[in-house]
Amino acid sequence: MILAENLTKHFADFVAVQDVSLQVTAGQVLALLGPNGAGKTTTVRMLTSVLRPTCGSASIAGYDIVEQPEQVRASVGVLTEHHGLYGRMNAEEYLTFYGRLYRMNPALIHDRIASLLEQFGLADARRKKLGEYSKGMRQKLALVRALLHDPPVLLLDEPTSAMDPESARVVRDAIRGLRWERRAVILCTHNLAEAEQLADLIAIIRKGRILFNDTPERLKQLLLGPQEYEAALETPLHTDLSGLPPGVTLKSREERRLVFQVQTPQSANPRLLRFLLDSGVQVVSFYPLQRSLEDAYLRAVSLEGVVRDRQN
Amino acid sequence: MTVKIDIEPALIIARREVRDQFRDWRIVFPIVILTLFFPFLMNFTARQLLDFVNQYGANLIGERLIPFLLLVTGFFPISVSLVIALESFVGEKERGSIEPLLTSPLADWQLYLGKLLAATVPPLMGSFLGMGVYLGGLVLNDIPLPDAETLLQIIILTMVQAVVMVSGAVVVSTQATSVRAANLLASFIIIPMALLIQAEAVVMFWGRDTLSLWWVVFGLMVLAGLLIRVGLAHFQREELLGREIDVLNLRWIWRNFWRNFRGEARSLGEWYRNTLGATLIDLRGSLLIVVVLAVFITAIGAQQADRFRLELPAGSMEERLAELQTSFPFGSAANVAAIFFQNLRAVLVGFILGLFSFGVLGTLPLLATLGLLGYLSQILSINQLPVVDILVSAVIPHGIIEIPALLLATAAVLRIGFLLATPMKEKTVGEVFLMALAGWLQVMVGAVIPLLLLAALIESWVTPQIVLRFFG
Repeated sequence: MILAENLTKHFADFVAVQDVSLQVTAGQVLALLGPNGAGKTTTVRMLTSVLRPTCGSASIAGYDIVEQPEQVRASVGVLTEHHGLYGRMNAEEYLTFYGRLYRMNPALIHDRIASLLEQFGLADARRKKLGEYSKGMRQKLALVRALLHDPPVLLLDEPTSAMDPESARVVRDAIRGLRWERRAVILCTHNLAEAEQLADLIAIIRKGRILFNDTPERLKQLLLGPQEYEAALETPLHTDLSGLPPGVTLKSREERRLVFQVQTPQSANPRLLRFLLDSGVQVVSFYPLQRSLEDAYLRAVSLEGVVRDRQN
Repeated sequence: MTVKIDIEPALIIARREVRDQFRDWRIVFPIVILTLFFPFLMNFTARQLLDFVNQYGANLIGERLIPFLLLVTGFFPISVSLVIALESFVGEKERGSIEPLLTSPLADWQLYLGKLLAATVPPLMGSFLGMGVYLGGLVLNDIPLPDAETLLQIIILTMVQAVVMVSGAVVVSTQATSVRAANLLASFIIIPMALLIQAEAVVMFWGRDTLSLWWVVFGLMVLAGLLIRVGLAHFQREELLGREIDVLNLRWIWRNFWRNFRGEARSLGEWYRNTLGATLIDLRGSLLIVVVLAVFITAIGAQQADRFRLELPAGSMEERLAELQTSFPFGSAANVAAIFFQNLRAVLVGFILGLFSFGVLGTLPLLATLGLLGYLSQILSINQLPVVDILVSAVIPHGIIEIPALLLATAAVLRIGFLLATPMKEKTVGEVFLMALAGWLQVMVGAVIPLLLLAALIESWVTPQIVLRFFG
């Protein structure tokens, strides 16, 4: 659905994006993470055929971003950084205007507007001037605009910024819904918790280059080391734990708590549990330690120099 | 391959914008005032001025004042179109509402056309309504209406002026990142438009026939066409969104200019062969146009000799030569410098005029000179002087170098306009402008200046000798 290979964009002497390669298939959500000015917006603008890449190539829903810009734009729903609403119009007028630009038939426009406004809790405000909308309402309406023409690909820039928790949940549920509907989604965000909840793939971009691009779990494994598991014990442990199964390392040991690092949990965990039981250790619970995407992201950022050297 | 021209999206854009304008009192208020109040003021002015000039028998001034006031009545509402256009393009960019439009499946030209219509049509409607009110007032006041041809001219002029202003505003808008910057740049439109109205007033008051005003209409149509082409060429998503900060990057400007000027050359010979050679090849189209214009204007100049007769004072060629030699001593270094700098000045004037007119006015110095040459040749012939001998001895020896040099210089200026008006998706307006300037300088440094210097040397040292051989 979204395939980019070595996308590069120069503005005069400034390199905004360098060799960005991405692949997002139907039903996947890719979170593009990076600080302001990292190149997220420029990448999205290239993927929507708004900016022409200096070099590299990309296709959206099978259409080439340079050769078939109009087909690309017809296949993409974009939530832009700025909502870009017209303050003197109401929601119905605004969405009808966009529906007509996307060549939807009037009956379909009417139905889609009704159902999307209902879904995002804006039905009661359909006749209200957009200039009177709150920030969160504007954000939701901009998302409705992006979804209006039922595009197979969505590029969403900070979809829940400025939203109250309830609205943010509605939007997150909508994004999960998009995955079930087999759409390909790129989510640009600074909200790492949200990215972790929603994304199948994480790409970390800094200074125009993708530093890492993988699933959240593999990214954490790569950046934070193998998964760690904690065993809570019924009684204080006094026995020696030598002879752990291969691929398992004891990371820390307290009276009633053990932390193990496990290389391949699928095969090693059953052996580890058997070993503990055979050693007379009374295990109350055994669970993976939560590692946040934020930790992985910060680690990625600290490794930026090393990665760049390797890329160069 | 068939190209489908679909204007429906442009009309959707235009309709939304027009509806939006009529909800904005800042736009509606001036249009209403200028449409309904201003024509009454013009009627009052017309009545007063007519009464005044008729007291002194200056009825002609009164007659010509009526259509001029109609032009002014029509112009004021369309001046709003400039504000609408700037607001429509840069205002949307500043508020961020242009980006969702740019991500929709509109072609660049559809968006451009939609906005062009939205900025042009409502002020024009106001303008026509105002003109109607003014004409109605004339009828009610028993003041004779202008004739049908003048009315048609003024209606067309008003329409073309609106298009010129809006298309100019689009060009300005693509280069500005804020309404404030666009308003500052808009003086490049307002000042020429004010001068244009003054020029039109001159033509309307002093024009010997209605043809003069048709020429103004034609010239403005050409300008509008060029501006629309430039606007279309540079109204690209890339230009609109790629530019986010107005920073004058002198280092980038210089590097870009130098790269264009130097090309891939590593030596002077290579530069002449490859870089200048390529530019000269690229100059062929402009050169052909300049040559055709030159021939045409020389013929027109010769034709004017019958209309504007000139009796030359009697006297022999020897006497005339002696007179010329006293005021203009042959064969001195000062003469070479004077001739060279005179030609160079003419070339530079052409360049400056060309910069503000897509190269078109840059042809004036050459065409004026050649028109005069044609005229004087014919005058010599009418006065029964040996015109062929004079041309062969006094013009051709240096003219054979000087005229091609001037043709090249003029073609190089015209090429600047062509390049600016040519869509180049991969280049910004700034890059195209630098490329065009570099091309012009290549032609100047590599060909025109050396040729003009050589021509000045011949004109000062060789031509006089030949003239003396012929007539001395």
